Amino acid sequence: MTGLVLRDISKRFGATTVVDQVQLTVPEGGFVCLLGPSGCGKTTLLRMIAGLEAPSTGAVWLDGEDITAVPTHQRNLGMVFQSLALFPHLSVGENIAYPLRIRGRSRAEQARRTEELLNLIHLPGFGDRPVAKLSGGQRQRVAIARALALSPRLFLLDEPLSALDAKLREAMQVELRQLQQRLGITTIVVTHDQREAMTMADLVVVMGEGRIRQVAAPIEIYRHPADAFVADFIGSTNLIELQLDANGRAWAFGCALPGLLAQGPGRATLSIRPEDLQLTAPGDGAPVGRVSFVRDLGATIETFVEVGGKVLVAVTTPRARAQAQPGDAVGVVLPPENCVVLAS
Amino acid sequence: MRREPPRRAADYAPLVFPALMLLVFFVVPFGTMVAVSFFRRQPGGFYTPDFVLGNYERFLSPFFGNVLAFSLALATLAAICAVALAFPFTYLLTRRPRRVQTRWLIGLLSLLSLSEVIIGFAWSTLFSRTAGITNLLVALGLMSQPRALLPSFGAVLTGMVYQALPYAVLVLYPALVRLDPTLIEAARTLGAHPARAFFNVVVPALRSTIVAALIMVFVFELGSYLLPQILGRPQHWTLSVLITDQAIYQSNMPFAAAMALFLVLLSLALVGLTLLIGRKEGAA
Repeated sequence: MTGLVLRDISKRFGATTVVDQVQLTVPEGGFVCLLGPSGCGKTTLLRMIAGLEAPSTGAVWLDGEDITAVPTHQRNLGMVFQSLALFPHLSVGENIAYPLRIRGRSRAEQARRTEELLNLIHLPGFGDRPVAKLSGGQRQRVAIARALALSPRLFLLDEPLSALDAKLREAMQVELRQLQQRLGITTIVVTHDQREAMTMADLVVVMGEGRIRQVAAPIEIYRHPADAFVADFIGSTNLIELQLDANGRAWAFGCALPGLLAQGPGRATLSIRPEDLQLTAPGDGAPVGRVSFVRDLGATIETFVEVGGKVLVAVTTPRARAQAQPGDAVGVVLPPENCVVLAS
Repeated sequence: MRREPPRRAADYAPLVFPALMLLVFFVVPFGTMVAVSFFRRQPGGFYTPDFVLGNYERFLSPFFGNVLAFSLALATLAAICAVALAFPFTYLLTRRPRRVQTRWLIGLLSLLSLSEVIIGFAWSTLFSRTAGITNLLVALGLMSQPRALLPSFGAVLTGMVYQALPYAVLVLYPALVRLDPTLIEAARTLGAHPARAFFNVVVPALRSTIVAALIMVFVFELGSYLLPQILGRPQHWTLSVLITDQAIYQSNMPFAAAMALFLVLLSLALVGLTLLIGRKEGAA
């Protein structure tokens, strides 16, 4: 089968397990984001795919071939490092042509391909400039062009946009995604930024403590997180303790939540996104809380409500309703269609 | 920290002490040497103040020309060998854990406490027929009988490279330790064999550091005068040996001063030339 397959990959450094039995299939032409907090093993996993680290156990398969023992320089991949790793002693053009030079391509072909790539990254005519004279965004593009020079089978990026300022980063995310779609190249990006993952990926792999927590499309991960870790890491969420009785009804803050069914009896965790949480006038049998803080950001208003010792956050647009003031008593409505009951 | 340009005379006060030290311990002795190089030698005695160019004229003979050329060639070769050995060694050292690096660096620093005399006699023992390394090769069956490896040019070169190696490592170490390790990884992902990546990424990225190390070792080796005498034949003696000989044994201070001055000027010119070439290449 084509694409990248990771079979039971683990990596141990001494007594610590950094990557723990990872199974993953990346379809050919897919764009996958490895997403997780720092230290979750995502970069180590990427380095094992690149061959820069050897897995302690498991195998890496690419296009139906076991490449676990193939050294990095024979894997035909392009990688963009967090530091970009542009060669300081070479010009922009020489950097991009480096992989072609290594493979002994003719000067004419090197020049033609470099020209082509400079156009692709919207930097035509930059070939003779020294790398040190470029801006952050331009260096980023050069690193991408260099990685793509040989039309690799696999395109790997390790936190590629983390050095850029917020605005440029968002623009580059879109550009990178469009570039990948145009070239149809199998791409894996490591990131800790969930916005980045949601902008670019068609498949998000959430990692935590060396293990894969969930693999799904970005919106699926946002709407239906597999567990509390994923729900908390992807965007912000309210996690609420649920009591389930024998009849399958769910209780929170001493009130029954109508329409929410789950296997009971026992306990569970409910996740509801701040934009789904609704605030009403107290009464109607909904849990009642007190507004503790209001953060008015202009485009949105975040209302912090204290209910039963826990602070919940509701996000609304300013026009949606009259603004609550700190100290007001409000009813907290949890619309069942927007609630996700997580396995504990 | 804001720095203002000095305005009043008092602002220069912190410079007085270093300037004084430099004057007393460097400018005055060097000036004396320059002056003495033009003095007239008093045969059997010392010298009398005068202004003659005879000391420099005598220097322009084929004999001293050959010695000078040999000294420069030896220092150049020793510098190239020392840096060529130190560079890969230091590179590999910087890839080791911090603890290992510290131990090696302490070991190398302690080598600097060895004087040229000790290094010279240690190597002369190692290269001797009776107690030298050839005995080891015989024991291993690689040689039929032990032989003396000195006096020879190889012995002189070995001693000098050994002496310069710690300096070369210490000059290269800071730059290599700061080198981004992802540079070589990037080259590998782009299809370069690790050895090839080392030569066309690490070496060129640190070109100015390598040039600095070469110059430092070269200048250091120019002053070497004990090792050529201990490990070499008279034809392996450097200009420094002749200067010592003239100054101390022949009591010909003016001629020794003229040679020393010439050596200083020539090495300064060579260093300047190297830097100039380096800058031109960097700009191109």
